[in-house]
Amino acid sequence: MTTTHDQLSTSVEVGGIGHSVRRAEDARFIQGAGNYLDDVKLPGMLHMAILRSPVAHAKILSIDTADALALPGVVAVITGADLEGYNLAWMPTLSGDTQAVLATDKVRFQGQEVAAVIAEDPYTAEDALALIFVDYDDLPAVTNPRQAMAEGAPVIRDDKEGKTDNSVYHWEAGDKELTDRAFAEADLVVSLDTHYPRSHPAPLETCGAVADVNPATGKATIYLTSQAPHAHRTLFALVAGLPEQNIRIISPDIGGGFGNKVPIYPGYVVATAASLVIGKPVKWVETRTENLISTGFARDYHMHGELAVSKEGRILGMRTHLWSDQGAFYADAQPTKFRAGLFHICTGSYDFPAAHVVADGAYTNKAPGGVAYRCSFRVTEASYIIERLAQNAAYELGMDPAEFRMKNFIRPEQFPYHSPTGFVYDSGDYHTALQKALDAVDYPNLLKEQEEARKQGRYLGIGIASFTEVVGAGNSRDYDIAGLKMFDSAELRIHPTGKAILKLGVKSQGQGHETTFAQIVANELGIPVTDIAVIEGDTDNTPYGLGTYASRSTPVGGAATAVIARQLREKARRLAAHLLEASDEDLEWEPGRFYIKGAPEKGVTIQDVAFAAYTNMPDGMEPGLEGVHYYDPPNMTYPFGSYVVVVEVDPETGVWEVERMIAVDDCGVRINPMIVEGQITGGLTEGFAKANMQWITFDNDGNCIGSNFMDYLIPTAWETPRFELDETVTPSPHHPIGAKGVGESATVGSPAAYVNAVIDALRPFGITNIDMPVLPHRVWSAIREAQAR
Amino acid sequence: MEITVTINGQARTSDVQPRKLLVDYIRSDAELTGTHIGCDTTSCGACTVLLDGVPVKSCTVFAVQANGKSITTVEGLRQNGQLHPIQEAFKEHHGLQCGFCTPAMMLVGTALLDKNPDPSEDDVRWAISGNICRCTGYVNIVKSIQGAGKAIQAQASGQAS
Repeated sequence: MTTTHDQLSTSVEVGGIGHSVRRAEDARFIQGAGNYLDDVKLPGMLHMAILRSPVAHAKILSIDTADALALPGVVAVITGADLEGYNLAWMPTLSGDTQAVLATDKVRFQGQEVAAVIAEDPYTAEDALALIFVDYDDLPAVTNPRQAMAEGAPVIRDDKEGKTDNSVYHWEAGDKELTDRAFAEADLVVSLDTHYPRSHPAPLETCGAVADVNPATGKATIYLTSQAPHAHRTLFALVAGLPEQNIRIISPDIGGGFGNKVPIYPGYVVATAASLVIGKPVKWVETRTENLISTGFARDYHMHGELAVSKEGRILGMRTHLWSDQGAFYADAQPTKFRAGLFHICTGSYDFPAAHVVADGAYTNKAPGGVAYRCSFRVTEASYIIERLAQNAAYELGMDPAEFRMKNFIRPEQFPYHSPTGFVYDSGDYHTALQKALDAVDYPNLLKEQEEARKQGRYLGIGIASFTEVVGAGNSRDYDIAGLKMFDSAELRIHPTGKAILKLGVKSQGQGHETTFAQIVANELGIPVTDIAVIEGDTDNTPYGLGTYASRSTPVGGAATAVIARQLREKARRLAAHLLEASDEDLEWEPGRFYIKGAPEKGVTIQDVAFAAYTNMPDGMEPGLEGVHYYDPPNMTYPFGSYVVVVEVDPETGVWEVERMIAVDDCGVRINPMIVEGQITGGLTEGFAKANMQWITFDNDGNCIGSNFMDYLIPTAWETPRFELDETVTPSPHHPIGAKGVGESATVGSPAAYVNAVIDALRPFGITNIDMPVLPHRVWSAIREAQAR
Repeated sequence: MEITVTINGQARTSDVQPRKLLVDYIRSDAELTGTHIGCDTTSCGACTVLLDGVPVKSCTVFAVQANGKSITTVEGLRQNGQLHPIQEAFKEHHGLQCGFCTPAMMLVGTALLDKNPDPSEDDVRWAISGNICRCTGYVNIVKSIQGAGKAIQAQASGQAS
């Protein structure tokens, strides 16, 4: 990893950018001393459990709570009718729709919140759920978007005045006319229909809240599994009508997020309302089943894609039409003006002039959500469709898929590159990344090996994916969440003894912010990382920010950190000049120290300067050494990479095994290479999970099949492939330290690589597609069907 | 019902409901919150503790079943103010990210190393295959457990010489 080491400007002891500094947060986690939501225990705390709908679509005729209320230890039973009295039965979603907090009229998905029990202990709360009697009148369930859009489909959202169908949105991007012309000129049109299945982020810690509304002061302290505590505070103020200064959101240690902890869920609102009314703290923690059936699903895009190609192998244009299954409430967490998220980045790593995207969202009787599961607003679906199409196009042209990609890649000199759907890619070198991955597998020899294997009846497959991501929202012109512009912030305070505290608007869920953000400060100011504390997740004590998702912490919060550190360095320079009795211009900086030009022995350390900021500042200078910066990025960042997967498929069973997985990632400058690689191996595993086993599916009545970890399969260490990592470093030209964000690259890029490898293995059968997850029975059936043709 | 359980070397007698799960007893009654709950169905392993030295998923054991037995939780790994080598190794090899699966992974790791001080990669992967991690892709968890094994052996040979 020489490229990263070349940039080291600080010593190991200081631990700035490029050092694999061991993590500060680990000290508490390895001793069982983390403080996760379920570890929060307050005096007098009550426990809440939620009664959920057993059916996907039904009218509620009556709810009888008398027996539940009579159970000793039960404090309250809450229904939608009770919440209506506080105008809280419905709440706004992050996409401008409404969502039932507790159902009043109908239930619209299996698992929907119907009633809540507040009790003295969690066992009693669960017991009482069995004593609530709800009379349902079943309605037909709608379980996919095409069925939802068909004539005569039952109207799911009859709560919305005048709503006569199940359409959520129709949205288009790109230039239709230009694209039609490109297709008219094409020698070949390659098409693919595929379903990117419904999935769930399933962090190991489920979601939950501890709401503590102080009856004397009215102050609401809400502990929340929140990836975006500041935005949630504002939304709580708007939903509940509480004055914002009286709301404090504390996001404690979070046991993984992956997008699941971006939305506001009904349970949070009910727990808060209960605490407000009862005057005691109320805890609610989801069971795993509640987590999987009701919160934060992802994907569920039915996609049709077409590539127009010349016979020489140039891509001329791309069309996609997607049907999005939104569930019963439109609750995507994504920028307002992009209804299908950033799916329109679907032209990927390739240079061609014309693309057109059509997206139709539909209500169904399934859980709401549409969170970006470890991805930046639907870039995963976009990356998948183009990388699958690229492979199939190469096959139809009789070209090698690697050669096809090399021929169509955006060239390094074309950056900043204006894409046909309106993105401006900041930097990239796609040819080098792919070549590195191909060299790692000795591609020419591997092709020969595959040929030999086929002769022996063994089915080896080689899959490539060369993805481009778009992460780090926003700029504030184009990107918002529920109207809040997507900037982020950093507040840096250097104490008299030269130790520092950094407070951020983002919030780690395992990414290691307490280490990497300290490294940015260490790099800019030369203060050792061990002297810097990083604070996040407490809205009373950190500056406003939009939170951590869509790989935005380093691109936005990291930039804010670098900028404020540089501003403090300029003030430090003036202090140093005062101490050295020199002028500002006569000073040189090296990490941690100012010295007089030409006399390096005459200098002062940053610690000397910090002390002077409180004890010996020049006349007229504002005391102290601290500041806050709100960073509005000029553009998104565009991480990229090339993955090569080698699989062997057993045609008798349909089982496929990953023989090799090469991942060459370029996320710009790597702040902490150890942490970056950890993010990548985690993402490659989740990509494998989606390709191989992990999905949430439903029967025709809308029953969720996948409501626990015995049905919703997650790879263990045994199934997880071995990975081989490499890197290139193409800094972002607009980011203060050249970093791009990396938490999601591997989840975005790798699914297509795995699937391409399986499809490649099955080429002798003429198979061109199997939808994810590529389960053994699907492979087996595809082979049998192909043989029958 | 009255039970006496030794947790991390300390005997503890208490009155518990027969239906109380061991994990709830550990977290609520004994107030040791390093043991986590991830799935409620014995699938994820986040609640793993050592019961008489053997890893068990404490969400599927009743507290009363632990009567008269000895439990080790993550809080019991540190001895005499010194971190256990497996704790050091998880930090050194970046074997954790969000930290939620970590206590259980470390306990399973120590149980493996007790039987097999120098496990192969496959040995480790098989041993931890009842424990799910959503963050790391397991690569560094494997390295951490193998690294701890080496550190323990080095310590032992250092003491022997």
